Amino acid sequence: MLALVSPALLVILALIVLPVGWLAWQSIYHDGFTLENYRRIVTESIYWRSFALTFEISLLVTVLALLLGYPVAYLANAVPRGWSVLILALVVLPFWTSVLVRAYAWLALLQRTGVINQFLRYLDVIGEPLALVHNTFGTVVATVHILLPFMVLPLYATMQKIPGDLMHAGASLGAGPAHAFVRIFLPLSLPGVLAGCTMVFVLCLGFYITPELLGGGRTVMVSMLVSRNVELYNQFGAASAVAVVLLLSVLLIFFVVSRFISLDRVLGQK
Amino acid sequence: MKKVSGLKYGYLLLGASIAAMGFGNVAAQAAEQITFVSQGGAYQQAQMVAILDPSAKKLGITVNQDSIPDAWPAIKTQVGSGKPIWDVVDTPTGNCLRGGEQGLMEKLDFSKIPNGAAMPEAYRSPYSVSYEFYSSVLSYSQKTFPKDAPNSWADFWDVKKFPGRRALRNHPFATLEAALMADGVAPDKLYPLDVDRAFKKLEEIKPHITVWWTSGAQSAQLLNDGEVDMEMAWNGRVSAVAKEGAKVAFTYNQGILQSTSLCILKGAPNLDTAVKFLNEAVDPVHQANLPLHIDYGPGNPKAFETSVIKPERAAQLPSEPANAAKQALMSYAWWSSPQGEAAEKRWAAFMQK
Repeated sequence: MLALVSPALLVILALIVLPVGWLAWQSIYHDGFTLENYRRIVTESIYWRSFALTFEISLLVTVLALLLGYPVAYLANAVPRGWSVLILALVVLPFWTSVLVRAYAWLALLQRTGVINQFLRYLDVIGEPLALVHNTFGTVVATVHILLPFMVLPLYATMQKIPGDLMHAGASLGAGPAHAFVRIFLPLSLPGVLAGCTMVFVLCLGFYITPELLGGGRTVMVSMLVSRNVELYNQFGAASAVAVVLLLSVLLIFFVVSRFISLDRVLGQK
Repeated sequence: MKKVSGLKYGYLLLGASIAAMGFGNVAAQAAEQITFVSQGGAYQQAQMVAILDPSAKKLGITVNQDSIPDAWPAIKTQVGSGKPIWDVVDTPTGNCLRGGEQGLMEKLDFSKIPNGAAMPEAYRSPYSVSYEFYSSVLSYSQKTFPKDAPNSWADFWDVKKFPGRRALRNHPFATLEAALMADGVAPDKLYPLDVDRAFKKLEEIKPHITVWWTSGAQSAQLLNDGEVDMEMAWNGRVSAVAKEGAKVAFTYNQGILQSTSLCILKGAPNLDTAVKFLNEAVDPVHQANLPLHIDYGPGNPKAFETSVIKPERAAQLPSEPANAAKQALMSYAWWSSPQGEAAEKRWAAFMQK
């Protein structure tokens, strides 16, 4: 068994463990050991502001993705198989399109001379174009769209495993559809909710292209701090420290979540 | 002249090392070569035709090319590892100066670079020679301003007289200079920059800035789509959009003249050839060829004395003497000084406040 997995382990070691270790090393070693890079994250407002903003946006995106994704997954689970394939295809299709393309597509929709503003002006609903993009609003809209499949798929996987008979049983005991949903279906789908939310939240923490293109320069998420530190200020140590803190937050989240559900069961779909 | 893409470079290197092991000096003598790095796209294409190919031919060397939008992190890691694979880089002048101070660039021996030695002192440093000029200019939509267009940074700051949406670059370079000019500082009295005054003036315009752009392509798209009515942008980007039919224009008045320079990585694998190439690349005639292919000005002002650039073409270029006189010449020496680096860091805090 070990002989079979050892090539894979080597690849993981070479491609993940070594670079991450090197990264962590850079954050604490620069002509001697130093915690300066970490001190800066705590004391300088631009760092913790960015972390706060990143967590805020990630939370908002997760909640919105859940509100939008749950009905879609529910529908895909409830309709006959042909229809559910179509629904899932519609969810997955944009997922195969480049993130960059989707970000620009949102720009074409949301900007001042974009489709939405032009249409609203044509209908005379608005006089001045709305500021839909180059701000946090545009960033959140596009991010929710990009991350939606990561919410819908785990939800759908979990819902699929809920026996339909349970709902019938509930109905036969006198529960209305809403009652049966709240008492039976919803609790049983919670592992999927938790898995989907974790995926979306964690992925959103590291988002870069979308806030860079749609944030108008004001939505400075943590990943942008990393790139600025390298490109602009040439501080690999500072960039590494930010990356390490982000990585640790993600690991912490996964650890906490794994105490409640078995992530590999929900995500691996066994 | 052989072009090698970044990906293939590794194989070339591998092949070259195997060849070197087998044939020793024979391989080294076969052909002199260097690796030249620029920023890619239409710009690198233009310099290939105007400068790189003719220089390679004249010197009888092979110029391998690589391209990267921002060379700085790669320079740092390559030289830091002790085995750089690049020789000559075309990069914003500040990178050459900063690199020189940090021991990442070769100090140039100008006795071997006569073309560079003949250039004005403001156009070179111990580590670099200016290679091409571009300008951060005030550009605007002719639809919004069919007449009485904004013509100075004071106009850009005047939101009452010139209502409209504005964009600036999300970077302190040129932005601080523009703020000071808007506050009444003369273009030739900018340095050392009064950083406090500049940021104070920027706070004034900040609420009226719709987008802080981060890439040249983004700035062009903002103008083209009518997303903003006026912005600071690079002259070549504005003229490219105008050529495609967008109703946009710009003024060189109070533009901030910036340059990229050529510099050589410390411990470059082909140092001697690199120096020869660097001298050839700033030759007035090669330099005069560049603006025939792209809207950037030659780094060597002697190019305007050759008959290659026609007067009407010269009038469009940022470094043409009359245009240059209307503008401020960016001091990369100041920007790479401790005060300059502190101002650069202050930018991040300014953006997030």
